Amino acid sequence: MARITFLEAIMQAQQEEMQRDDKVFIMGEDVRCNVFGTTTGFVDAFGAERVRDTPISENGFIGAAGGAAMVGMRPIVDATISSFLFPAMDQICSIIAKSRYIYGGQAKLPLVIRSCLFYGNSNAAQHSDRPYSMFMNMPGLKIIAPSCASDMKGLLKAAVRSDDPVLSFEDSTCWMAKDEVPEGEHIIPLGKGDIKREGSDVTIIGVAGGVNVALKAAKALEQEGISAEVIDPRTLVPLDRELILQSVRKTGRAICVDPAHMTCSAASEISATIVENAFDALRAPVLRVTTPDTHLPFSPHIEKPLYPSVERIVDAARKVVGTKQTQPA
Amino acid sequence: MTTTGENDPRLEKYRRMQRIRQFEAKAEKIHADGEIPGALHTYAGMEASGVGACMALRDDDYMVGNHRSHGHPIAKGAKLRPLMAELLGKKTGVCSGKGGSMHLSDFSMGSLGETSIVGSGGPVTAGAALGAKLQGLDRVALCFFGDGASSEGAIHEGMNLAAVWSLPAIFVCENNRFGMSTPTSDAVAGENVADRAHGYGIPGVIVDGQDVDAVEAAVREAVDRARAGKGPTLIETKTYRYGDHAVNMGRELTPRGPEHDDWVKRDPITIYRQRLIEAGVTEADLDAIDKTIADEVADALQFARDSEYPVFEEAFDDVFVDRVPIPAEVQAHA
Ligand SMILES: Cc1ncc(C[n+]2csc(CCOP(=O)(O)OP(=O)(O)O)c2C)c(N)n1
Repeated sequence: MARITFLEAIMQAQQEEMQRDDKVFIMGEDVRCNVFGTTTGFVDAFGAERVRDTPISENGFIGAAGGAAMVGMRPIVDATISSFLFPAMDQICSIIAKSRYIYGGQAKLPLVIRSCLFYGNSNAAQHSDRPYSMFMNMPGLKIIAPSCASDMKGLLKAAVRSDDPVLSFEDSTCWMAKDEVPEGEHIIPLGKGDIKREGSDVTIIGVAGGVNVALKAAKALEQEGISAEVIDPRTLVPLDRELILQSVRKTGRAICVDPAHMTCSAASEISATIVENAFDALRAPVLRVTTPDTHLPFSPHIEKPLYPSVERIVDAARKVVGTKQTQPA
Repeated sequence: MTTTGENDPRLEKYRRMQRIRQFEAKAEKIHADGEIPGALHTYAGMEASGVGACMALRDDDYMVGNHRSHGHPIAKGAKLRPLMAELLGKKTGVCSGKGGSMHLSDFSMGSLGETSIVGSGGPVTAGAALGAKLQGLDRVALCFFGDGASSEGAIHEGMNLAAVWSLPAIFVCENNRFGMSTPTSDAVAGENVADRAHGYGIPGVIVDGQDVDAVEAAVREAVDRARAGKGPTLIETKTYRYGDHAVNMGRELTPRGPEHDDWVKRDPITIYRQRLIEAGVTEADLDAIDKTIADEVADALQFARDSEYPVFEEAFDDVFVDRVPIPAEVQAHA
């Protein structure tokens, strides 16, 4: 075991996969200069052909990654900030997500599109998006959104080896957090969630950085005698519905914590899954703790309170647990 | 010759360049002190590009810019108080504290946005030019974009649209030699962005971006052409940014070669100051302008500091015409 940061986990996953398979290469804006620390020493180790700086043309180079994948390469695209996926929506949604299907299984697109969720630091609306749920609505794209270094590394390695296109959403609130990561071959299969904390009164399902806020809230709730279970789906497509349902069947209550905007968020999908499949087990309404449906402002004083917080989760937990207590026997 | 008149356009050019330089020097300092949140992308070194271009525009002409947004509004004549207040995230900021450093856009001065998604201003510019034309206004729309942005499809699409419809638009590529860490030559095919004009069948002009008069002359010609209904022009100002991609990041992204010093020697404000002195303006007059501007900047900062932050409810304004609902559970902890 080694204690490394989330960013180091990304770096190691990329490094190991590039060493293992020479079809893997990386491209994106300013990857050689290693802006966020995920390509440290890569040009020396792998050469400039496999570590490519691109023009600022997301639709071009993300689409080109799809083309390279179709002919046998396994590109990792570093799209930096997830808001910059929007100019590439055309290639991602019309080509990358659909080529296997539309050509009846003839096309194979093993590529990874990485980008970070860059919110909470006064970067204003055009840089602060958490757009994974928009892509969840597009079949054909697998989506990972890990919350800790260990999961990040294991999932990114699985993503590189996947024969399907994978979008990796990397929450910048997790970047510097350190975590024990197993040495050697560490792969986490796509589609497998994780119980981050066991509990019996309420299930809190966190998405990306929302998991860490949920874990803090669970600690606070413990002081009040409320035992919270925290589930991290880790992969949003495919979603580990069974793990979530098992937990909710046990606790009878669920709160979905998601830094995305509320409407059609990952939290909405998780909530619907619970209501459709575990309604009989529910003792209280399923609640979402998300970012409200407004844009993110620059001014920090009004930006910060918009995201899911420990206080909001604790309130939600009190509400759902209280619902049970006030019910007639 | 009388040189100190308020309305002397030569002095106005000097004033606006100085205003940008001093405004940003102050901003950079207080950003380092933690008074300005977020990232700060400075325009220092590029003042002649913005001011030269804007001096060729009328107040009611439109302008679209980018993330390096401090220079453009000041070049077009915007007041400093709301700009500084915006940097501090105050309610009195030009964008009510919603936009910050990457979005200093003063619509009262004809701005249609300083947009931080690289290249995204191209189509807006074509659309504004179309709107002006359809409404019979003789206004033009000018787009500032970087060399890096020239690789975005949106820039190409905007220029092609403007060309095919003969719209009154001017596309000004401010080529400051880098996009973040990447030299233009590694990211932009062909020697000059302006050469692409040939493909659209419109004039492509290369101009010394450190010479405010040269930029103004080139843009003036393009504006005249646009107003006369003859369509758009692509102008490339060859310029240089002194600061790193964004300042105070604790790490330099932009590699600097020996030419850095040569560029700094060709400082646009120094060049223009010298030219004014040769034309008979006195050092004392120019020093007086510098002093007045220092006072303006100090006043703007005081105003910004004295201003209130927006209240939480305002985070829900301007998504739509009407305020969007504020969830009670969020409001409870704001
Ligand atoms: C669509 C998009 N991709 C990437 C970025 C990140 N980014 C911000 S500024 C910048 C460089 C822009 O270069 P250029 O257009 O030459 O303008 P300069 O910063 O040099 O003034 C990049 C890559 C962005 N903001 N938007």
